Amino acid sequence: MSQFDLVVIGSGPGGYVAAIKAAQLGLKVALVEKDNSLGGTCLNVGCIPSKALLHSTEVYQEALHGKKHGLVGAEKLTFDVSAMLANKDKVVAQLNMGVGALLKKRNVEIVRGLGRLVKSGQVLVRSTAGDRTLETKNILIATGSVPIELPFMKFDGETVISSDHGISLKSVPEKMVVVGAGAIGLELGSVWARLGSQVTVVEMLPSIGGPSYDADVAKAAQSAFEKQGIKFEMGAKVTGVKKSPAGSALTAERDGKTLEFPADKVLVAVGRKANTSGLGAQEAGLKLDERGRIVIDAHFQTNLPGIYAIGDVVAGPMLAHKAEEEGVAVAENLAGKHGHVNYAIIPGVIYTDPEVACVGLSEAEAKAKNIEVAIGKFQLAGNGRAIASDCTSGFVKVIACAKTDKLLGVQMVAKGASEMIAAACAHMEYGGSAEDVARTCFAHPTVSESFKEAAMAVSKSSIHSL
Amino acid sequence: MAVEVKIPPMGESITGGLLAAWLVKSGDAVRKGQALFSYETDKVTSEGTAEVDGKITIAVEAGTEVLVNQVVATIEAGAAGNAPSAPAAAAPAAAKTASTAPAPAPKAAPVAAKSGAAAEVSPAVRRLSAETGLDPAGVEGSGKAGRVTKGDMLAALAGQTPIRAVAPAAATPSSATAPSAPAAPVSIPSRDGRTTRKRMSPLRRKIAERLVQAKTETAMLTTFNEVNMAPVMELRKRHGEEFLKKYGVKLGFMSFFVKAAVQAMKEVPAINAQLDGEDIVENNFFDIGVAVGTDKGLMVPVVRDCDQLNFAGIEKAIGDFGKRARDGKIQLPELQGGVFTISNGGIYGSMLSTPILNHPQAAIMGLHNIVERPVAENGQVVIRPIMYLALSYDHRIIDGKEAVTFLVKVRQFIEDPQRLLFGV
Repeated sequence: MSQFDLVVIGSGPGGYVAAIKAAQLGLKVALVEKDNSLGGTCLNVGCIPSKALLHSTEVYQEALHGKKHGLVGAEKLTFDVSAMLANKDKVVAQLNMGVGALLKKRNVEIVRGLGRLVKSGQVLVRSTAGDRTLETKNILIATGSVPIELPFMKFDGETVISSDHGISLKSVPEKMVVVGAGAIGLELGSVWARLGSQVTVVEMLPSIGGPSYDADVAKAAQSAFEKQGIKFEMGAKVTGVKKSPAGSALTAERDGKTLEFPADKVLVAVGRKANTSGLGAQEAGLKLDERGRIVIDAHFQTNLPGIYAIGDVVAGPMLAHKAEEEGVAVAENLAGKHGHVNYAIIPGVIYTDPEVACVGLSEAEAKAKNIEVAIGKFQLAGNGRAIASDCTSGFVKVIACAKTDKLLGVQMVAKGASEMIAAACAHMEYGGSAEDVARTCFAHPTVSESFKEAAMAVSKSSIHSL
Repeated sequence: MAVEVKIPPMGESITGGLLAAWLVKSGDAVRKGQALFSYETDKVTSEGTAEVDGKITIAVEAGTEVLVNQVVATIEAGAAGNAPSAPAAAAPAAAKTASTAPAPAPKAAPVAAKSGAAAEVSPAVRRLSAETGLDPAGVEGSGKAGRVTKGDMLAALAGQTPIRAVAPAAATPSSATAPSAPAAPVSIPSRDGRTTRKRMSPLRRKIAERLVQAKTETAMLTTFNEVNMAPVMELRKRHGEEFLKKYGVKLGFMSFFVKAAVQAMKEVPAINAQLDGEDIVENNFFDIGVAVGTDKGLMVPVVRDCDQLNFAGIEKAIGDFGKRARDGKIQLPELQGGVFTISNGGIYGSMLSTPILNHPQAAIMGLHNIVERPVAENGQVVIRPIMYLALSYDHRIIDGKEAVTFLVKVRQFIEDPQRLLFGV
């Protein structure tokens, strides 16, 4: 007689959402969490705190440049890092409580401790308060991921730091080098750059943002960040950190030449890796792939019967919303329904200013698939709201199938791109065409109209561009 | 003073909803602030209230889809109305609280009788449908939950995917005017201009379907005869003017042929029958379809009970059909239920032809042009106005002898109309 229908290990966005959904569908659920606070990486050291910091620093920057808006003495504005961190902590705490409340409302039992697989149907939870074995019909592993550590420059929490530290620095580093020009590196780099740090981003690939963005999009974003004082060293491979009494420096190599970047802090943001530590995966015989990710089938089932896995610990984009979608889908499956995740329409966002966002295929990806594309672009500089709100940096790009006009992908550099991309996702979910977007009414004046104009531009019928 | 009762605006995104129920009756006395009707949108259920005291006259029925600001009733301000009887179950749940009940899918919503332009179609699909006349309902949808996408429409228009024969707009109930092809399909020239492509109109599609059905499902043969039209022409000359004066309609050839056919059918009943599965159904009535050509296609409206109509009745009916067919005002029921069809290709100059059966009828008679021909009469060569008659018939239920005999009798009745008078 199982105690539970489902035990979820990990209370991040994948885990807690799966737990809530399963409970909504009538399952008896327990959620195991090893940390003091619920919400996993996203809530505690990832998405949420970084967004809080980005907002605080954005407010600071806007105010600093507020003279033209009538702010007097704006240029003399100063900043209190501890207050910013306190605010961030408050935001995180509020959401910790919120997640707890949601779980409690659905009668999900929260079990504190490190969850470990014993065998199918059993999870052992170890904590300082003792051990507890949970009997369950199904187990869902949602143990997430941890920052990748470069073996030749391990995290020391002082000089070489990960994003975990990068969101809680007590003071503004004079010089910060960011290794990796992905979302995390760009976001945290932005935060400290806005507060006065000299930030240099060192990236191995030729363009920022990762492979999902087209070159023109990455270039526009990079250009915008450069204007904010961030330096970019592209195509440079990091080789190590030199520590000396005079200070530290990051060493890198490009075209056979050695480069050195002095830094007080080196933020390593080269990606994250699946986390199965403490799970007893090996002993239980859980199959992992060459990157340490749990291998699952199309129904999130691992090689062990009754054991499932979702989120960052399995393959796929390491995004909180991807984990959430999978959480809902696996819960629906377990409840005998038909869960489904549309992996083709998962948006990606970089929460800098301007934001960068994409969904679907990039132009390059479409071309690589031999799809003939029709492109529509619209510069934000032509958008009334962008002009009125001082956010004319960027553009929206619509990638449509030349034959059927179907939306294949949308990419944008724009303030509010994170919100705007939702419209693109919605249209694409229904198999919408660029013309459908063009014939949808968007409120005026909004920056979103740039999406509509870019869609019109696919058929060369944009109204607000020359 | 009449005060309009309108559907209240409910929020930016709400353009309309369902007038779910009236809480008062037409003629009731209503008071200012009184709840008059409940109204459902996909976000909220709400009520419309009276703005003045007075007597209400309802204009729009419950269960109708309405738009914001649409007038649904009027209140004669100050007028005394009937004391309201127990109001129809005034769902208290219909209070203004935002009950985010999921959108009741508007079942039996009066989907646009316009062919194809259903509200649920995407903007691009709507535009394409309007421009080309292609009904998205007949297109295979590849979008979410089977929705038709712009790409699906383009593929169907290019002939790359099949189009389902949609029950044409004509098939929707009574009020549909058949055929209603509101938007003339657009001709799309090919890139090199050597061809143009135009979607078949629903009417043409339906006609095509039925023609193929006639050919493949029946054992159709045609037998011929010729008829000397001089006697009829002489009768028309003799009585035509008076006929026109009395009945307001010309005495044409058709009435003769209809009457002849009816009489011939009475004597050869196999002609007036249908095959239904394995049963031969003999008809005891004489609803005869008279083919009318319009620029949208051939239509066969049916003259009912031709055995009971006199010549004037038949001519009047045919004349009316002709006019209305050209105006596109023939109703679907008028095309249905005929037992026999007469088609006149002669007006276009056809000398001889093999008409195709008007399925499920067993026979169709074709009239042709009247040509002065030299014929032998009593050993002499004379010139007579000759029309060739054709009878196509379904050999499954009509034997050759019956078909030939029918046509011979028609010929006899036409060449000697007095036979019709005496029934011989």
